[in-house]
Amino acid sequence: MTARVFIPRDAAALSVGANSVAEAISREANARGEAIEIVRTGSRGMLWLEPLVEIETSGRRIAYGPVAARDVPSLFAARLLRGGDHALRLGPTEDLDWMKRQQRLTFSRIGVIDPLSLDDYCARDGLKGLKKALTLSPADVVDQVLQSGLRGRGGAGFPAGIKWKTVQGAQAERKYVVCNADEGDSGTFADRMVMEGDPFMLIEGMAIAAYAVGASKGYIYLRSEYPHAAITMERAIHLAEKAGWIGNDAFGQGKPFHLELRIGAGAYICGEETSLLDSLEGKRGMVRAKPPLPALSGLFGRPTLINNVLTLAAVPFILAEGGNAYADYGMGRSRGTLPIQLGGNILRGGLIERAFGVTLREIIEDFGGGTASGRPVRAVQVGGPLGAYLSEKELDLPLDYETLAANKAMLGHGGIVVFDDTADMAKMARFAFHFCAAESCGKCTPCRVGAVRGEETVGKIIAGRDIEANLALVRDLCEVMTDGSLCAHGGLTPMPVLSAIDRFPEDFAAPAHRTAAE
Amino acid sequence: MSMSVHVAWDEGVARELIEERAGLEGAMLPILHALQKKFGYVDARAVAVIAKVLNISRAEVFGTISFYHDFKRQPPMGGTIKLCRAEACQARGAENLAEHLERVHGVKIDGGYRNGVSVETVYCLGNCALGPNALHDGEIFGRLDAQGLEDLYASVARKTGE
Repeated sequence: MTARVFIPRDAAALSVGANSVAEAISREANARGEAIEIVRTGSRGMLWLEPLVEIETSGRRIAYGPVAARDVPSLFAARLLRGGDHALRLGPTEDLDWMKRQQRLTFSRIGVIDPLSLDDYCARDGLKGLKKALTLSPADVVDQVLQSGLRGRGGAGFPAGIKWKTVQGAQAERKYVVCNADEGDSGTFADRMVMEGDPFMLIEGMAIAAYAVGASKGYIYLRSEYPHAAITMERAIHLAEKAGWIGNDAFGQGKPFHLELRIGAGAYICGEETSLLDSLEGKRGMVRAKPPLPALSGLFGRPTLINNVLTLAAVPFILAEGGNAYADYGMGRSRGTLPIQLGGNILRGGLIERAFGVTLREIIEDFGGGTASGRPVRAVQVGGPLGAYLSEKELDLPLDYETLAANKAMLGHGGIVVFDDTADMAKMARFAFHFCAAESCGKCTPCRVGAVRGEETVGKIIAGRDIEANLALVRDLCEVMTDGSLCAHGGLTPMPVLSAIDRFPEDFAAPAHRTAAE
Repeated sequence: MSMSVHVAWDEGVARELIEERAGLEGAMLPILHALQKKFGYVDARAVAVIAKVLNISRAEVFGTISFYHDFKRQPPMGGTIKLCRAEACQARGAENLAEHLERVHGVKIDGGYRNGVSVETVYCLGNCALGPNALHDGEIFGRLDAQGLEDLYASVARKTGE
């Protein structure tokens, strides 16, 4: 009997040698005359165990990891293909604590299926959402999304259903659906994992959205730093077209939906939706003033639905199971599940999908096992480079849009970056300004000039010059940037800066009085 | 993945690449990517051709090229390593790696080519649980330590020298 061996081809797994492990397994099986079929999958999200190898035996998958190519002969000697015992054997994948404690709605297939197999996709509930949607009127599809309580996962948390309704109500000959796949926030990789691990789900979500709002053309705007996602996504679009899921007659009665992948060019700001639209139009990625809303006048001045990858990827489940089934998860006004990305100085980092309301402590301590360095956790940045630095004392906060906002923090795209006690928070504050300056589109003065002056001023504080006066200046500057910037890039840079100053004041004290470990 | 191979600037080839894509909505970025893939950079002489084909001003074309970090305006003089220096990789020691590279190899990050290698800053490669990370020729290298980064640097320098 041919044994099935599952090895991820997710970029994270490839970055630590998954291809050489696959080659070694293939070679070893050949040499031993064992018949195997290697299936390349997305990643299960247990990134510290990559490359993770799974064997299917009696209907279950047994996990081994992290596997290096040099481990392969000893794994075969231990009867790997029958799930034999070995130091790297972790047990049945579904029984692992990391997997059991999750509520995987969006990530249910990722790491399990061959991302480019239409059969695998359909065998595990793929296309159910789109088929259901096409039996409903577009207005009823929007109602399901409204009922689900789904909010934009890109960071702003705007109710998706309301956006959909606005685009649906706009009168125009041509409308667009645009997927924001410009996942530039440090500490985030869920969009990438979706595109590499289950690209058809994103295509299905976009098709449902196009049907609901009356769009005939879709674009995925993907950052250039994700070469593997680009390859998988391009192939998936081609396959979906060949299968007739999208194309000239996508929704019956000659209603077309064409989908195209576009690659960015290394500008972080193009993750801001209006800047993204300018970039798609072939211009400099400059932020636009709102109004007009992109929903009414977006790409090429047409009504445009623009949503993040995770927002669109949640839609097939919502249509297949009903908006209420999704809304059953979560807390307060944050409904459904959140794909949390745990990174930085963490022992067990990866992707965790949980209903809103899980605490930072459970994520960092129970899932993550504390820092990779073994030193105490000192600071945690939640929500990307524009998110706040929280202190260890605040880890009992539940992850929910409103709770974090009430604590001068934000959830953003769900990225959590952990720092140990060697982190110098004054340097991190300076970096926040440096990053803002490097990636500013330059349209508005508070961001373009403020970021540069902010970096200089924090530099003076670090050098111990006029600390009190310069801190006051930074606070003043932050107020101007918050109130006067055109978009969140300049408007939220003060969040990491001020959170560092307020929560870690000792790092901004005169050099002789600094307490942080060097 | 093998190292990308570029050809010398050729206006006829460039015009073909540009005209093939001129019918796309928002054709500029696909055109610039195609040129850079072919030649390794976007030659100044492409600006007028793009402007003419897309019926826009040369200033608009130049402004777009210069806006994006990815588009190079000089032919490459070797290989490029993009080293992630965003927060998550910083939390895993990326800055120490950057310093090490500068100290041991005299590399100036974002300072052009040396030994046929250009090391550039990138902010996030989406591998934040397995950093520090670098990107070279479409491949991501994770869990980098000083030795790993040195090996990568040496292999890129060697490839260029061949």
